Amino acid sequence: MSNSSSENQDKALFDAGVKDYSAAGRYYYDIGYKPTETQVLAAFRITPQDGVSFEEAAAAVAAESSFATWTTVWSDYLVDGSRYSARTYEIKPVPGHPDQVIAYIAYPLDLFEEGSMGNLMSSIVGNVFGFKPLRALRLEDLYFPPALLSTFQGPPHGIQVERDRMDKYGRPLLGATMKPKLGLSAKNYGRLVYEALRGGLDFTKDDENITSQPFMRWRDRFEFVMHAVKQAEAESGERKGHYLNVTSGDMEEMYRRAELAKELGSRIIMVDYLIVGFTAFTSLSKWCRENGMLLHAHRAMHSVIDRQPNHGVHWRVLAKMCRIVGADHLHNGTVVGKLEGDRASTIGINEMMRTTGIAKVENCPGHHFDQPWLSMPAMMPVASGGIHVWNMPELVSIFGDEVVLQFGGGTVGHPWGSAAGATANRVALEAVVQARNEGRDLLAEGADILKSAARNSGELRAAMETWKDIKFDYESVDALEKRP
Amino acid sequence: MKTETFSYLPALTKEQVEKQIQYFLNNGWVVGIEHSSRLDPALAFWEWWKLPLFNIRTVGGIMAEIEACREKHANAYIRVTSYDNARQTQVMSFVAYKPE
Repeated sequence: MSNSSSENQDKALFDAGVKDYSAAGRYYYDIGYKPTETQVLAAFRITPQDGVSFEEAAAAVAAESSFATWTTVWSDYLVDGSRYSARTYEIKPVPGHPDQVIAYIAYPLDLFEEGSMGNLMSSIVGNVFGFKPLRALRLEDLYFPPALLSTFQGPPHGIQVERDRMDKYGRPLLGATMKPKLGLSAKNYGRLVYEALRGGLDFTKDDENITSQPFMRWRDRFEFVMHAVKQAEAESGERKGHYLNVTSGDMEEMYRRAELAKELGSRIIMVDYLIVGFTAFTSLSKWCRENGMLLHAHRAMHSVIDRQPNHGVHWRVLAKMCRIVGADHLHNGTVVGKLEGDRASTIGINEMMRTTGIAKVENCPGHHFDQPWLSMPAMMPVASGGIHVWNMPELVSIFGDEVVLQFGGGTVGHPWGSAAGATANRVALEAVVQARNEGRDLLAEGADILKSAARNSGELRAAMETWKDIKFDYESVDALEKRP
Repeated sequence: MKTETFSYLPALTKEQVEKQIQYFLNNGWVVGIEHSSRLDPALAFWEWWKLPLFNIRTVGGIMAEIEACREKHANAYIRVTSYDNARQTQVMSFVAYKPE
């Protein structure tokens, strides 16, 4: 028997072996290349291992997240490499970090499947993050060209449709997470929801780890909660919602829970979008648009991915992906009490979440790319955690109206109970919005505005007394650095 | 019963209503007036007083329309709305008068 592979043993049949990724004749390091308007652009913070040049590290990231394998293979020659290679087209130093660069990489559109965030992530944040020549790698920003963006649905409804459906205009929305997270019976839980909503909140919320545990099965929770919502609506005359968390062990079960939420008349459901994964999240988002249901996204697990300043995926990228796949609400930071760099970063992400048309870098601090949103609806940022009535002037001043302000402890922790806590927050919010519209300076006059509103509200007076000394100002782990 | 924005504050005085309207006009919004004899969260559409007041760009002019609406519908709730044609949508709503 003849063996074809043994016939030419003495000479190589193609240019075999390991080549530098940045070698001439390859496309991965192509400074000065002008990306085309259909290409996906990424900004990576690269920290190479000692002895690896920035050029080679940046080329390696482009190569390993697109076309290349560690060694050349004969089958490379069956493909037009220039068409499928990502290219590093610019690198910038990082002030204060001589061991790092920001590399800008352009990816050809043909590398990606339409409407699949999972596929995009498998390429851009797939194997490359474990690549040995790199000490660390962080995806700082990602630009979606219109050609790819328009293959995604985006938020099921968006801010404006939500306002019309909820009949709430001209002010931020108010919410609260029900506490304690775990252990309440369904009826006690429904009571918490009822008290907070009847007191004046627009929304209450399941915690991210409430699904269907033995102490409170999901069906019982859904029924008591919706009873509470309906009763609070009838008594207050206002529309209300509770984010029913449908996160569960499999997709079929999520659909079952979403269907019951709809049947019971819920206006909104909730999902832990990173926990369920982008594919399940995409399916649920499409279900929500199909069924007229608002979708609240919780970002549980994000810190695992985004907290290290040198490695992982920046939160701004995960937030952008959330809007593109499609949620109507997404948790972002509260800003209040934080240091300047982190505060600017949070504001930048808020603007990227809710800007329609083109979101410009100058309005979105921390971003590297302007992002055109085409006609994709906007997503409402949710500010949650450690905030109370005294923060209201600053919160309204920073966020404006398009935000859900969630006062969990600041509602349920009111000395007279949650209904009073909810009323205190609502009175404070409305007084601040009224004052802003009258042209008053919220930051300079905030305390006076609140004190004056408290003259007509015992609930607000008690809240102001309870939280008069609270501040949260730990140093941020990941603040924006000054750019040159 | 509550009526959404500003309903947790004491009833707005005439001067306070005027300041809000001034803010809407300053933003370039079109102000509208609606009335309803009943409150119901399911009620999406109240009755319009005329049409949104496209051609009235003064606080005094809008206040006069609110007054005229009150006279005609003495037992109705009256709310002031705003429309922003750049965002192509309603952007504001608050109840300016409640029946005694």
